[in-house]
Amino acid sequence: MAEALAPYRALLASRLRSQLTYRRSFVLDLAGAVGIGVLELAEVLVIFSSITVLGELDLAGALLLFAFAGIGFSLADMAVGHVDSLPTYLRSGTLDAFLLRPLPVLAQLITSDLQLRRLGRTAVAAVVLVIALTMNTIVWTPALVILAVLTPLFSAVIFAALFVCAAAVQFWLVEGGEFANAFTYGGSYAASYPTSIFSLPMRVLFTFVVPAAFTAYLPTLVLLGHAGPAWTPAVLGWFAPVAAAGIWTVALLGWRAGLRHYTGAGS
Amino acid sequence: MSALAVYAGLGWRRWSAYRTAAAAGAFTNTVFGLIKAAITMGAIGAAGGILAGYDALTGATYAWLAQALIGPVNVFTWSELAERIRSGDIAIDLARPIDPQAGYLAADLGRAAFQLVPRAAPPLMVGALVTGLALPGQVLPYLLGLVSVTLAVVVSFACRWLVNLAAFWLLDLRGVMTLYLVASNLLCGLVVPVHWFPPWLAAVAAWTPFPAMLQHPIDIIMGRAAGPDALVLLGEQVAWALGLLVVGRAVFELGARRVVVQGG
Repeated sequence: MAEALAPYRALLASRLRSQLTYRRSFVLDLAGAVGIGVLELAEVLVIFSSITVLGELDLAGALLLFAFAGIGFSLADMAVGHVDSLPTYLRSGTLDAFLLRPLPVLAQLITSDLQLRRLGRTAVAAVVLVIALTMNTIVWTPALVILAVLTPLFSAVIFAALFVCAAAVQFWLVEGGEFANAFTYGGSYAASYPTSIFSLPMRVLFTFVVPAAFTAYLPTLVLLGHAGPAWTPAVLGWFAPVAAAGIWTVALLGWRAGLRHYTGAGS
Repeated sequence: MSALAVYAGLGWRRWSAYRTAAAAGAFTNTVFGLIKAAITMGAIGAAGGILAGYDALTGATYAWLAQALIGPVNVFTWSELAERIRSGDIAIDLARPIDPQAGYLAADLGRAAFQLVPRAAPPLMVGALVTGLALPGQVLPYLLGLVSVTLAVVVSFACRWLVNLAAFWLLDLRGVMTLYLVASNLLCGLVVPVHWFPPWLAAVAAWTPFPAMLQHPIDIIMGRAAGPDALVLLGEQVAWALGLLVVGRAVFELGARRVVVQGG
Protein backbone atom coordinates (compact mmCIF):
# COMPACT_ATOMS: atom_id res chain seq x y z
CA MET A 1 0.00 0.00 0.00
CA ALA A 2 2.72 2.46 1.06
CA GLU A 3 4.64 1.60 -2.09
CA ALA A 4 1.59 2.18 -4.29
CA LEU A 5 1.19 5.66 -2.82
CA ALA A 6 4.88 6.62 -3.17
CA PRO A 7 4.48 8.34 -6.57
CA TYR A 8 1.64 10.49 -5.22
CA ARG A 9 3.71 11.43 -2.17
CA ALA A 10 6.58 12.49 -4.40
CA LEU A 11 4.23 14.46 -6.69
CA LEU A 12 2.50 16.23 -3.82
CA ALA A 13 5.76 17.02 -2.02
CA SER A 14 7.16 18.64 -5.16
CA ARG A 15 3.99 20.77 -5.62
CA LEU A 16 4.07 21.94 -2.01
CA ARG A 17 7.78 22.76 -2.16
CA SER A 18 7.31 24.80 -5.31
CA GLN A 19 4.54 26.89 -3.72
CA LEU A 20 6.60 27.68 -0.64
CA THR A 21 9.70 28.71 -2.61
CA TYR A 22 8.46 32.19 -3.45
CA ARG A 23 7.56 33.34 0.05
CA ARG A 24 6.23 36.80 -0.79
CA SER A 25 3.96 35.50 -3.55
CA PHE A 26 2.69 32.79 -1.25
CA VAL A 27 1.90 35.27 1.54
CA LEU A 28 0.01 37.51 -0.95
CA ASP A 29 -1.86 34.47 -2.28
CA LEU A 30 -2.77 33.43 1.23
CA ALA A 31 -3.95 36.99 1.98
CA GLY A 32 -6.09 36.84 -1.17
CA ALA A 33 -7.69 33.58 0.00
CA VAL A 34 -8.37 35.07 3.45
CA GLY A 35 -9.91 38.05 1.63
CA ILE A 36 -12.30 35.79 -0.31
CA GLY A 37 -13.38 34.20 2.98
CA VAL A 38 -13.91 37.63 4.54
CA LEU A 39 -15.89 38.78 1.47
CA GLU A 40 -18.30 35.87 1.82
CA LEU A 41 -18.63 36.52 5.53
CA ALA A 42 -19.25 40.23 4.87
CA GLU A 43 -22.21 39.31 2.65
CA VAL A 44 -23.84 37.36 5.50
CA LEU A 45 -23.06 40.11 8.04
CA VAL A 46 -24.39 42.93 5.80
CA ILE A 47 -27.63 41.01 5.26
CA PHE A 48 -28.00 40.36 8.99
CA SER A 49 -27.27 44.01 9.80
CA SER A 50 -30.84 44.80 8.70
CA ILE A 51 -32.69 41.60 9.67
CA THR A 52 -32.66 39.15 12.59
CA VAL A 53 -33.89 35.89 11.07
CA LEU A 54 -33.37 34.46 7.55
CA GLY A 55 -35.23 31.23 6.78
CA GLU A 56 -35.45 29.76 10.29
CA LEU A 57 -31.91 30.79 11.29
CA ASP A 58 -30.79 33.76 13.36
CA LEU A 59 -27.28 35.22 12.93
CA ALA A 60 -25.72 32.54 15.19
CA GLY A 61 -27.37 29.76 13.19
CA ALA A 62 -26.47 31.40 9.87
CA LEU A 63 -22.82 31.65 10.94
CA LEU A 64 -22.78 27.95 11.86
CA LEU A 65 -24.21 27.15 8.44
CA PHE A 66 -21.69 29.49 6.76
CA ALA A 67 -18.78 27.86 8.63
CA PHE A 68 -19.72 24.27 7.67
CA ALA A 69 -20.19 25.19 4.01
CA GLY A 70 -17.04 27.33 3.99
CA ILE A 71 -14.74 24.72 5.52
CA GLY A 72 -16.13 22.01 3.25
CA PHE A 73 -15.89 24.03 0.05
CA SER A 74 -12.43 25.48 0.71
CA LEU A 75 -10.97 22.06 1.57
CA ALA A 76 -12.50 20.56 -1.58
CA ASP A 77 -11.29 23.54 -3.61
CA MET A 78 -7.75 23.05 -2.28
CA ALA A 79 -7.69 19.32 -2.93
CA VAL A 80 -9.48 19.09 -6.29
CA GLY A 81 -10.58 22.61 -7.30
CA HIS A 82 -7.89 22.79 -9.97
CA VAL A 83 -9.58 20.01 -11.98
CA ASP A 84 -11.62 22.83 -13.53
CA SER A 85 -8.52 23.75 -15.51
CA LEU A 86 -9.10 20.54 -17.50
CA PRO A 87 -10.14 22.51 -20.63
CA THR A 88 -6.66 24.08 -20.68
CA TYR A 89 -5.09 20.62 -20.52
CA LEU A 90 -7.45 19.39 -23.25
CA ARG A 91 -6.62 22.27 -25.60
CA SER A 92 -2.89 22.20 -25.04
CA GLY A 93 -2.66 18.41 -25.19
CA THR A 94 -1.15 18.09 -21.71
CA LEU A 95 -3.73 15.44 -20.88
CA ASP A 96 -2.11 13.07 -23.38
CA ALA A 97 0.99 12.96 -21.17
CA PHE A 98 -1.18 11.95 -18.21
CA LEU A 99 -2.65 9.12 -20.28
CA LEU A 100 0.81 7.68 -20.93
CA ARG A 101 1.76 7.38 -17.25
CA PRO A 102 0.84 4.21 -15.33
CA LEU A 103 -1.37 6.05 -12.81
CA PRO A 104 -5.11 6.84 -12.97
CA VAL A 105 -5.65 10.13 -14.85
CA LEU A 106 -7.99 11.57 -12.20
CA ALA A 107 -5.49 10.87 -9.41
CA GLN A 108 -2.73 12.51 -11.45
CA LEU A 109 -4.89 15.53 -12.16
CA ILE A 110 -5.80 15.90 -8.47
CA THR A 111 -2.17 15.71 -7.35
CA SER A 112 -1.02 18.01 -10.16
CA ASP A 113 -1.77 21.34 -8.49
CA LEU A 114 -2.83 21.14 -4.82
CA GLN A 115 -3.15 24.78 -3.72
CA LEU A 116 -2.08 25.47 -0.13
CA ARG A 117 -3.16 29.13 -0.41
CA ARG A 118 -6.78 28.03 -0.25
CA LEU A 119 -6.23 27.18 3.42
CA GLY A 120 -6.61 30.94 4.00
CA ARG A 121 -10.29 30.59 3.24
CA THR A 122 -10.53 27.50 5.45
CA ALA A 123 -8.97 29.48 8.30
CA VAL A 124 -11.66 32.19 8.07
CA ALA A 125 -14.42 29.57 8.10
CA ALA A 126 -12.77 27.70 11.01
CA VAL A 127 -12.65 30.88 13.11
CA VAL A 128 -16.32 31.49 12.28
CA LEU A 129 -17.10 27.89 13.31
CA VAL A 130 -15.56 28.38 16.77
CA ILE A 131 -17.47 31.66 17.23
CA ALA A 132 -20.72 30.11 15.96
CA LEU A 133 -20.43 27.10 18.28
CA THR A 134 -20.15 29.41 21.31
CA MET A 135 -23.00 31.66 20.12
CA ASN A 136 -25.53 28.86 19.61
CA THR A 137 -27.15 26.95 22.45
CA ILE A 138 -26.81 23.34 21.35
CA VAL A 139 -27.94 20.48 23.59
CA TRP A 140 -24.92 18.30 23.02
CA THR A 141 -25.29 14.50 22.88
CA PRO A 142 -22.56 12.09 21.75
CA ALA A 143 -24.37 11.68 18.43
CA LEU A 144 -24.47 15.45 17.85
CA VAL A 145 -20.75 15.78 18.64
CA ILE A 146 -20.00 13.15 16.00
CA LEU A 147 -22.30 14.97 13.56
CA ALA A 148 -20.57 18.32 14.19
CA VAL A 149 -17.13 16.77 13.62
CA LEU A 150 -18.10 14.82 10.51
CA THR A 151 -20.17 17.55 8.83
CA PRO A 152 -17.23 19.68 7.53
CA LEU A 153 -15.50 16.50 6.31
CA PHE A 154 -18.48 15.15 4.39
CA SER A 155 -19.14 18.68 3.16
CA ALA A 156 -15.65 18.63 1.60
CA VAL A 157 -16.25 15.16 0.15
CA ILE A 158 -19.53 16.27 -1.47
CA PHE A 159 -18.02 19.47 -2.94
CA ALA A 160 -15.03 17.47 -4.23
CA ALA A 161 -17.45 15.19 -6.10
CA LEU A 162 -19.16 18.26 -7.62
CA PHE A 163 -15.78 19.44 -8.90
CA VAL A 164 -15.15 16.05 -10.50
CA CYS A 165 -18.65 16.07 -12.07
CA ALA A 166 -17.91 19.54 -13.46
CA ALA A 167 -14.55 18.39 -14.84
CA ALA A 168 -16.15 15.33 -16.48
CA VAL A 169 -18.58 17.58 -18.37
CA GLN A 170 -15.62 19.51 -19.83
CA PHE A 171 -14.72 16.56 -22.06
CA TRP A 172 -17.81 17.46 -24.09
CA LEU A 173 -17.89 21.23 -23.53
CA VAL A 174 -14.29 22.33 -23.95
CA GLU A 175 -15.21 25.96 -24.66
CA GLY A 176 -18.05 26.02 -22.18
CA GLY A 177 -15.98 25.54 -19.06
CA GLU A 178 -18.04 28.14 -17.24
CA PHE A 179 -21.19 25.97 -17.40
CA ALA A 180 -19.77 23.85 -14.64
CA ASN A 181 -19.15 26.85 -12.37
CA ALA A 182 -22.90 27.15 -11.97
CA PHE A 183 -22.92 23.88 -10.04
CA THR A 184 -19.60 24.03 -8.16
CA TYR A 185 -19.41 27.70 -7.13
CA GLY A 186 -23.19 28.05 -7.43
CA GLY A 187 -23.62 24.99 -5.18
CA SER A 188 -21.26 26.53 -2.65
CA TYR A 189 -23.16 29.84 -2.79
CA ALA A 190 -26.52 28.11 -2.32
CA ALA A 191 -25.07 25.97 0.50
CA SER A 192 -24.07 29.06 2.50
CA TYR A 193 -27.70 30.17 2.96
CA PRO A 194 -30.74 28.45 4.51
CA THR A 195 -32.20 26.25 1.76
CA SER A 196 -35.67 27.04 3.13
CA ILE A 197 -35.64 30.51 1.51
CA PHE A 198 -35.61 28.89 -1.96
CA SER A 199 -38.73 27.96 -3.93
CA LEU A 200 -39.58 24.25 -3.93
CA PRO A 201 -38.03 23.41 -7.34
CA MET A 202 -34.76 25.10 -6.36
CA ARG A 203 -34.81 23.42 -2.95
CA VAL A 204 -35.22 20.04 -4.60
CA LEU A 205 -32.42 20.90 -7.09
CA PHE A 206 -29.96 21.91 -4.36
CA THR A 207 -30.90 18.96 -2.13
CA PHE A 208 -31.43 15.94 -4.35
CA VAL A 209 -29.67 16.80 -7.65
CA VAL A 210 -26.76 19.00 -6.53
CA PRO A 211 -26.64 17.88 -2.87
CA ALA A 212 -25.52 21.26 -1.53
CA ALA A 213 -28.06 21.24 1.34
CA PHE A 214 -26.36 18.15 2.81
CA THR A 215 -23.06 20.00 3.17
CA ALA A 216 -24.25 22.45 5.84
CA TYR A 217 -27.94 23.36 6.00
CA LEU A 218 -29.49 20.01 6.93
CA PRO A 219 -26.85 19.11 9.59
CA THR A 220 -27.23 22.64 11.04
CA LEU A 221 -30.98 22.05 11.42
CA VAL A 222 -30.27 18.83 13.36
CA LEU A 223 -27.73 20.55 15.64
CA LEU A 224 -30.05 23.46 16.40
CA GLY A 225 -33.15 21.27 16.81
CA HIS A 226 -35.17 22.80 13.95
CA ALA A 227 -37.75 20.71 12.09
CA GLY A 228 -36.87 21.78 8.56
CA PRO A 229 -39.18 22.79 5.71
CA ALA A 230 -41.59 20.48 3.89
CA TRP A 231 -39.95 17.86 1.61
CA THR A 232 -36.51 18.40 3.21
CA PRO A 233 -36.97 17.51 6.92
CA ALA A 234 -34.07 17.97 9.34
CA VAL A 235 -33.64 14.19 9.71
CA LEU A 236 -31.94 14.25 6.28
CA GLY A 237 -29.04 15.96 8.09
CA TRP A 238 -27.85 12.51 9.17
CA PHE A 239 -27.62 11.32 5.58
CA ALA A 240 -24.69 13.38 4.25
CA PRO A 241 -22.62 10.16 3.82
CA VAL A 242 -25.38 8.72 1.61
CA ALA A 243 -25.48 11.92 -0.44
CA ALA A 244 -21.68 11.83 -0.72
CA ALA A 245 -21.71 8.21 -1.92
CA GLY A 246 -24.41 9.05 -4.45
CA ILE A 247 -22.71 12.09 -5.95
CA TRP A 248 -19.31 10.35 -6.05
CA THR A 249 -20.89 7.46 -7.99
CA VAL A 250 -22.21 9.96 -10.53
CA ALA A 251 -18.86 11.78 -10.58
CA LEU A 252 -16.76 8.66 -11.23
CA LEU A 253 -19.13 7.25 -13.85
CA GLY A 254 -19.18 10.65 -15.56
CA TRP A 255 -15.41 10.93 -15.44
CA ARG A 256 -14.98 7.45 -16.95
CA ALA A 257 -17.44 8.23 -19.73
CA GLY A 258 -15.66 11.55 -20.38
CA LEU A 259 -12.24 9.96 -20.57
CA ARG A 260 -13.57 7.34 -23.03
CA HIS A 261 -15.11 10.10 -25.11
CA TYR A 262 -11.75 11.88 -25.30
CA THR A 263 -9.91 11.15 -28.50
CA GLY A 264 -6.61 12.95 -27.98
CA ALA A 265 -5.29 16.32 -29.04
CA GLY A 266 -3.20 14.88 -31.84
CA SER A 267 -0.02 15.81 -30.02
CA MET B 1 -9.65 57.68 -34.56
CA SER B 2 -10.28 55.11 -37.29
CA ALA B 3 -7.56 52.95 -35.73
CA LEU B 4 -9.50 52.95 -32.46
CA ALA B 5 -12.65 51.93 -34.33
CA VAL B 6 -10.70 49.00 -35.78
CA TYR B 7 -9.57 48.01 -32.26
CA ALA B 8 -13.17 48.18 -31.02
CA GLY B 9 -14.26 46.02 -33.97
CA LEU B 10 -11.52 43.51 -33.19
CA GLY B 11 -12.64 43.40 -29.56
CA TRP B 12 -16.14 42.56 -30.75
CA ARG B 13 -14.98 39.91 -33.24
CA ARG B 14 -12.62 38.27 -30.80
CA TRP B 15 -15.32 37.74 -28.19
CA SER B 16 -18.05 36.83 -30.65
CA ALA B 17 -15.88 33.96 -31.94
CA TYR B 18 -16.53 31.85 -28.83
CA ARG B 19 -20.30 31.39 -28.81
CA THR B 20 -20.30 28.43 -26.42
CA ALA B 21 -18.25 30.41 -23.91
CA ALA B 22 -20.76 33.28 -24.06
CA ALA B 23 -23.65 30.83 -23.58
CA ALA B 24 -21.86 29.15 -20.67
CA GLY B 25 -21.21 32.51 -19.02
CA ALA B 26 -24.83 33.56 -19.42
CA PHE B 27 -26.00 30.21 -18.00
CA THR B 28 -23.81 30.59 -14.90
CA ASN B 29 -24.90 34.22 -14.42
CA THR B 30 -28.51 33.02 -14.61
CA VAL B 31 -28.10 30.20 -12.06
CA PHE B 32 -26.38 32.63 -9.67
CA GLY B 33 -29.23 35.07 -10.36
CA LEU B 34 -31.77 32.46 -9.21
CA ILE B 35 -29.85 32.00 -5.93
CA LYS B 36 -29.19 35.71 -5.47
CA ALA B 37 -32.80 36.74 -6.17
CA ALA B 38 -34.00 34.14 -3.63
CA ILE B 39 -31.59 35.40 -0.95
CA THR B 40 -32.50 39.02 -1.67
CA MET B 41 -36.26 38.33 -1.54
CA GLY B 42 -35.77 36.21 1.61
CA ALA B 43 -33.92 39.04 3.34
CA ILE B 44 -36.50 41.63 2.27
CA GLY B 45 -39.30 39.35 3.48
CA ALA B 46 -37.53 38.93 6.83
CA ALA B 47 -37.18 42.74 7.10
CA GLY B 48 -40.96 43.10 6.84
CA GLY B 49 -41.38 43.63 3.11
CA ILE B 50 -39.14 46.70 2.56
CA LEU B 51 -35.38 46.93 2.98
CA ALA B 52 -33.55 50.18 2.18
CA GLY B 53 -36.30 51.14 -0.24
CA TYR B 54 -36.40 47.77 -2.04
CA ASP B 55 -39.51 45.61 -1.92
CA ALA B 56 -39.43 41.95 -2.99
CA LEU B 57 -39.92 42.75 -6.69
CA THR B 58 -37.42 45.64 -6.93
CA GLY B 59 -34.93 43.64 -4.82
CA ALA B 60 -35.15 40.69 -7.22
CA THR B 61 -34.84 43.12 -10.17
CA TYR B 62 -31.66 44.49 -8.63
CA ALA B 63 -30.22 40.97 -8.35
CA TRP B 64 -31.09 40.14 -11.98
CA LEU B 65 -29.70 43.42 -13.35
CA ALA B 66 -26.46 42.87 -11.41
CA GLN B 67 -26.14 39.39 -12.95
CA ALA B 68 -26.92 40.82 -16.39
CA LEU B 69 -24.17 43.45 -16.15
CA ILE B 70 -21.41 41.14 -14.82
CA GLY B 71 -20.35 40.13 -18.33
CA PRO B 72 -20.42 43.49 -20.16
CA VAL B 73 -18.94 45.54 -17.30
CA ASN B 74 -16.52 42.74 -16.34
CA VAL B 75 -16.43 43.14 -12.58
CA PHE B 76 -14.04 40.20 -12.29
CA THR B 77 -10.33 40.14 -13.01
CA TRP B 78 -8.50 40.55 -16.30
CA SER B 79 -4.82 39.69 -16.58
CA GLU B 80 -4.06 39.96 -20.29
CA LEU B 81 -2.02 43.15 -19.94
CA ALA B 82 -0.12 41.78 -16.93
CA GLU B 83 0.82 38.69 -18.93
CA ARG B 84 2.08 40.83 -21.81
CA ILE B 85 4.16 42.88 -19.37
CA ARG B 86 5.61 39.72 -17.80
CA SER B 87 6.39 38.07 -21.13
CA GLY B 88 7.81 41.26 -22.64
CA ASP B 89 5.18 41.40 -25.42
CA ILE B 90 4.32 44.85 -24.08
CA ALA B 91 7.31 46.06 -26.13
CA ILE B 92 5.27 45.30 -29.27
CA ASP B 93 2.35 47.38 -27.94
CA LEU B 94 4.76 50.25 -27.26
CA ALA B 95 6.05 50.12 -30.83
CA ARG B 96 2.56 50.40 -32.34
CA PRO B 97 1.52 53.79 -33.72
CA ILE B 98 -1.43 53.94 -31.32
CA ASP B 99 -1.63 54.84 -27.66
CA PRO B 100 -1.66 51.51 -25.75
CA GLN B 101 -4.22 52.61 -23.16
CA ALA B 102 -6.59 53.98 -25.80
CA GLY B 103 -6.15 50.84 -27.91
CA TYR B 104 -6.93 48.45 -25.04
CA LEU B 105 -9.87 50.62 -23.94
CA ALA B 106 -11.32 50.55 -27.47
CA ALA B 107 -10.96 46.76 -27.61
CA ASP B 108 -12.63 46.45 -24.20
CA LEU B 109 -15.57 48.62 -25.32
CA GLY B 110 -15.92 46.35 -28.36
CA ARG B 111 -15.96 43.32 -26.07
CA ALA B 112 -18.59 44.93 -23.85
CA ALA B 113 -20.74 45.88 -26.85
CA PHE B 114 -20.75 42.26 -28.02
CA GLN B 115 -21.45 40.84 -24.57
CA LEU B 116 -24.31 43.25 -23.79
CA VAL B 117 -27.02 41.17 -25.43
CA PRO B 118 -25.86 37.53 -25.12
CA ARG B 119 -24.77 37.92 -21.49
CA ALA B 120 -27.52 40.22 -20.25
CA ALA B 121 -30.63 38.94 -22.05
CA PRO B 122 -30.74 35.36 -20.65
CA PRO B 123 -30.63 36.33 -16.93
CA LEU B 124 -33.18 39.11 -17.51
CA MET B 125 -35.54 36.80 -19.40
CA VAL B 126 -35.34 34.10 -16.71
CA GLY B 127 -35.79 36.82 -14.09
CA ALA B 128 -38.92 38.11 -15.85
CA LEU B 129 -40.35 34.58 -15.88
CA VAL B 130 -39.38 33.47 -12.36
CA THR B 131 -39.73 36.55 -10.15
CA GLY B 132 -40.89 39.29 -12.51
CA LEU B 133 -38.95 42.51 -13.12
CA ALA B 134 -39.81 46.02 -11.93
CA LEU B 135 -38.55 48.13 -14.83
CA PRO B 136 -39.64 51.68 -15.68
CA GLY B 137 -42.12 52.27 -18.52
CA GLN B 138 -40.43 55.37 -19.96
CA VAL B 139 -37.61 55.44 -22.49
CA LEU B 140 -35.37 57.96 -20.70
CA PRO B 141 -34.04 55.67 -17.92
CA TYR B 142 -32.87 53.16 -20.55
CA LEU B 143 -31.10 55.84 -22.63
CA LEU B 144 -29.38 57.24 -19.54
CA GLY B 145 -28.75 53.64 -18.44
CA LEU B 146 -26.96 52.88 -21.69
CA VAL B 147 -24.69 55.90 -21.16
CA SER B 148 -24.15 54.84 -17.56
CA VAL B 149 -23.28 51.23 -18.51
CA THR B 150 -20.78 52.53 -21.09
CA LEU B 151 -19.18 54.73 -18.41
CA ALA B 152 -19.19 51.74 -16.03
CA VAL B 153 -17.21 49.73 -18.61
CA VAL B 154 -14.68 52.58 -18.83
CA VAL B 155 -14.34 52.82 -15.02
CA SER B 156 -14.00 49.03 -14.77
CA PHE B 157 -11.38 49.04 -17.53
CA ALA B 158 -9.43 51.90 -15.91
CA CYS B 159 -9.32 49.99 -12.59
CA ARG B 160 -8.28 46.72 -14.24
CA TRP B 161 -5.64 48.59 -16.26
CA LEU B 162 -4.11 49.98 -13.03
CA VAL B 163 -4.13 46.60 -11.27
CA ASN B 164 -2.41 45.00 -14.28
CA LEU B 165 0.31 47.66 -14.28
CA ALA B 166 1.54 46.24 -10.96
CA ALA B 167 3.14 43.58 -13.17
CA PHE B 168 5.89 46.10 -13.99
CA TRP B 169 7.04 45.82 -10.36
CA LEU B 170 5.76 42.41 -9.16
CA LEU B 171 6.37 38.99 -10.70
CA ASP B 172 3.25 37.28 -9.43
CA LEU B 173 -0.04 39.17 -9.44
CA ARG B 174 -2.48 36.48 -8.33
CA GLY B 175 -2.67 37.68 -4.71
CA VAL B 176 -3.08 41.32 -5.75
CA MET B 177 -5.81 40.40 -8.25
CA THR B 178 -7.69 38.33 -5.68
CA LEU B 179 -7.64 41.22 -3.18
CA TYR B 180 -8.86 43.58 -5.93
CA LEU B 181 -11.66 41.10 -6.74
CA VAL B 182 -12.73 40.96 -3.10
CA ALA B 183 -12.78 44.75 -2.63
CA SER B 184 -14.48 45.50 -5.95
CA ASN B 185 -17.14 42.77 -5.75
CA LEU B 186 -18.25 43.84 -2.28
CA LEU B 187 -18.10 47.62 -2.82
CA CYS B 188 -19.62 47.74 -6.34
CA GLY B 189 -22.85 46.22 -5.06
CA LEU B 190 -22.53 42.82 -6.74
CA VAL B 191 -22.79 40.90 -3.47
CA VAL B 192 -25.59 42.99 -1.91
CA PRO B 193 -26.83 46.46 -2.96
CA VAL B 194 -24.65 49.30 -1.63
CA HIS B 195 -27.85 50.82 -0.16
CA TRP B 196 -28.00 47.88 2.30
CA PHE B 197 -24.56 48.61 3.75
CA PRO B 198 -24.24 49.78 7.36
CA PRO B 199 -23.30 53.50 7.34
CA TRP B 200 -19.55 53.00 7.88
CA LEU B 201 -19.25 50.55 4.97
CA ALA B 202 -21.38 52.79 2.75
CA ALA B 203 -18.96 55.63 3.56
CA VAL B 204 -16.01 53.43 2.55
CA ALA B 205 -17.74 52.50 -0.72
CA ALA B 206 -18.50 56.15 -1.50
CA TRP B 207 -14.77 56.91 -1.52
CA THR B 208 -14.02 54.21 -4.11
CA PRO B 209 -14.81 54.01 -7.84
CA PHE B 210 -16.53 50.63 -7.38
CA PRO B 211 -20.18 51.77 -6.99
CA ALA B 212 -19.72 53.55 -10.35
CA MET B 213 -19.19 50.11 -11.93
CA LEU B 214 -22.52 48.50 -10.97
CA GLN B 215 -24.66 50.26 -8.38
CA HIS B 216 -24.93 53.55 -10.33
CA PRO B 217 -26.01 52.06 -13.68
CA ILE B 218 -28.56 49.83 -11.94
CA ASP B 219 -29.96 52.78 -9.95
CA ILE B 220 -30.35 54.70 -13.20
CA ILE B 221 -31.94 51.85 -15.19
CA MET B 222 -34.40 51.03 -12.37
CA GLY B 223 -35.36 54.69 -12.03
CA ARG B 224 -34.25 54.77 -8.38
CA ALA B 225 -32.10 57.73 -9.40
CA ALA B 226 -34.05 59.92 -11.86
CA GLY B 227 -33.75 63.50 -13.12
CA PRO B 228 -31.01 65.50 -11.35
CA ASP B 229 -30.04 62.46 -9.20
CA ALA B 230 -29.28 60.49 -12.34
CA LEU B 231 -27.16 63.35 -13.69
CA VAL B 232 -25.18 63.46 -10.41
CA LEU B 233 -24.45 59.74 -10.69
CA LEU B 234 -23.42 60.12 -14.35
CA GLY B 235 -21.16 63.04 -13.38
CA GLU B 236 -19.56 60.89 -10.67
CA GLN B 237 -18.93 58.15 -13.24
CA VAL B 238 -17.36 60.61 -15.70
CA ALA B 239 -15.10 61.99 -12.94
CA TRP B 240 -13.94 58.51 -11.89
CA ALA B 241 -13.42 57.41 -15.50
CA LEU B 242 -11.30 60.44 -16.41
CA GLY B 243 -9.38 60.49 -13.11
CA LEU B 244 -8.49 56.81 -13.23
CA LEU B 245 -7.54 56.92 -16.92
CA VAL B 246 -5.17 59.85 -16.26
CA VAL B 247 -3.57 58.07 -13.28
CA GLY B 248 -3.35 54.87 -15.34
CA ARG B 249 -1.56 56.73 -18.12
CA ALA B 250 0.99 58.24 -15.68
CA VAL B 251 1.67 54.89 -13.99
CA PHE B 252 2.00 53.20 -17.39
CA GLU B 253 4.66 55.71 -18.42
CA LEU B 254 6.56 55.12 -15.18
CA GLY B 255 6.38 51.35 -15.70
CA ALA B 256 7.27 51.50 -19.39
CA ARG B 257 10.59 53.11 -18.45
CA ARG B 258 11.51 49.84 -16.77
CA VAL B 259 11.05 47.86 -19.97
CA VAL B 260 14.34 46.81 -21.50
CA VAL B 261 14.06 45.68 -25.11
CA GLN B 262 16.78 43.30 -26.21
CA GLY B 263 18.01 43.70 -29.76
CA GLY B 264 18.00 40.84 -32.21
